[in-house]
Amino acid sequence: MSKIPKNLLYTEEHEWILVEGNRGTIGITDHAQDALGDVVYVDLPKVGDKIVKGETFGTVESVKAASDIYAPVSGTVVEVNEALKDSPELINRSPYDEAWMIVVELDDESELDELLSPEDYENILEGE
Amino acid sequence: MKGTPLIFERSVPGKEGFRLYAPDVPGVNLSETIGGGLLRQNLDLPEVSEVDVVRHYTKLSKMNFGVDDGFYPLGSCTMKYNPKINEEITAYPAFTELHPYAPEELAQGTLRFMYEMQRFLCEITGMDYFTLQPAAGAHGELTGILIIKKFLEAAGQKRSRIIVPDSSHGTNPATAKESGFEIVKVKSGMNGLVDLEELKKNVDENVAALMLTNPNTLGLFEKDIPEISHILHEKGALLYYDGANLNAIMGIARPGDMGFDVVHVNLHKTFSTPHGGGGPGAGPVGVKAFLRDFLPKPIVEKEGDTYFLDYNMPRSIGRVKAFYGNIGVVLKAYAYIRSLGARGLREVSEMAVLNANYLKKKIQDLFEVPVDTICKHEFVVSAGNWKKKNGVRALDIAKRLLDYGFHPPTIYFPLIVEEALMMEPTETEGKEALDAFADSLMRICDEAQENPDLMQNTPHHMPVKRVDEVKAAREMKLKAGQL
Repeated sequence: MSKIPKNLLYTEEHEWILVEGNRGTIGITDHAQDALGDVVYVDLPKVGDKIVKGETFGTVESVKAASDIYAPVSGTVVEVNEALKDSPELINRSPYDEAWMIVVELDDESELDELLSPEDYENILEGE
Repeated sequence: MKGTPLIFERSVPGKEGFRLYAPDVPGVNLSETIGGGLLRQNLDLPEVSEVDVVRHYTKLSKMNFGVDDGFYPLGSCTMKYNPKINEEITAYPAFTELHPYAPEELAQGTLRFMYEMQRFLCEITGMDYFTLQPAAGAHGELTGILIIKKFLEAAGQKRSRIIVPDSSHGTNPATAKESGFEIVKVKSGMNGLVDLEELKKNVDENVAALMLTNPNTLGLFEKDIPEISHILHEKGALLYYDGANLNAIMGIARPGDMGFDVVHVNLHKTFSTPHGGGGPGAGPVGVKAFLRDFLPKPIVEKEGDTYFLDYNMPRSIGRVKAFYGNIGVVLKAYAYIRSLGARGLREVSEMAVLNANYLKKKIQDLFEVPVDTICKHEFVVSAGNWKKKNGVRALDIAKRLLDYGFHPPTIYFPLIVEEALMMEPTETEGKEALDAFADSLMRICDEAQENPDLMQNTPHHMPVKRVDEVKAAREMKLKAGQL
């Protein structure tokens, strides 16, 4: 069973977000990395870019497939995890910690209400 | 590749495979004619003799595997046997020695088979006009979507989105993106088919087209295709047919009759021309009459008994390939169609579907079956049960099949099926081949059961053992000098 930390919010597309104040740290879940297999490449936005809830903001590529990463919220990118460029394997090793992808400043905190709780996300995974 | 050095590693300084005689024309000073900046002093080429080259590549060719060697059930690729008569016909000097700039009156034979091929493909797919230019399936897609784009522009419509199902071939979203459209993915329903309610939600006046293959990538016939067509056309959007799976329905159902406006067909799949390792392929595109003017020019037309290239197409998207396409490939496919005839082509599809269902029935209990129903020409099973039970993955099973002398099926596609194994036996395999393959899969599953460790680094008996795909992708080395 894949790990689902209790302090995060989730999307149906298997992204997570850690909210602190008006900032959110975003990555992909343990389930996502397991389904993808060994990640070999990550494409992320730049600091200053805008991301829009529900739209793609990046790509993760494994030997099996390339998958879009969807924005759980709208906002402005303020930090990007540059370490992933040279070490995409961090996504497999540490999806919730070392492999955070971007930090955004939230446009609208009410968007968070539409995200999945850890329990809801777990239910979705069990249904799959 | 252990034990098989690269041609560069066979290089011995000063060794030569040629001898240049003294020229009998005046010499040219290259640094004057070409310019010093463009001249390289050292070309990193291997220094080998003729026999070195021949032995090196002969050795490599013996490690190759193709449809002439054995069963090749690579799903979605239609790796059928390619009849040798295709090659024989195409080797006639009347075709091979024709210059592409030859005047039309000297090229009537070639123009005739091109014209007839356009008509045959129209008849088979239910379309009105065809171009033979595109050089491959994905090239056909690009051509088809550019035709749709130009048509919409000409009609003064600004439509920015293209819908693709989540089970689609990766080339579909790539084509849409490359043509400047936004991609909208529509989820499949539980039955593995396009979910009509999901589709309705996504179709509006901003949608240019839906790209669909029928049967779809799960090998299932989209039985709601008239309704799908209605949903699109009602909003002024067009329907694009990816011909990857045409081998399932030839002579039985036609995309044109289903409501598709543009189709591409893969001659190298359905019509038995060689592919894998570069082909080359051919991906002719067919359209309904209202799109004729937008086809790449020229197309071949006929007046009386004379064939000619029609360049009078001012609204054409232009050429998409030098000259008239991969004409040699078109000729092989033409030979195939002529030798089978209409009834033969129908039998091809019937047998392809029968073979797929026979194989599915024989092996489905070994795996999980995402949608358990009669399939068309191919089917998908999931090795998810093995992964959960003892960590054996689709990749391990595929690699083990190599040890048993088979080309593996397609794996990890379509993306909507976990640990997917996608099998397309094609019509050219006899019952014995299907039985032998099924028996081997059963044996491999026994091995997976008894000795999962053995499966971790399959294959064991190939000249090249398990390749490290992750390392290859992360540390890309594309030139011999980087190794």
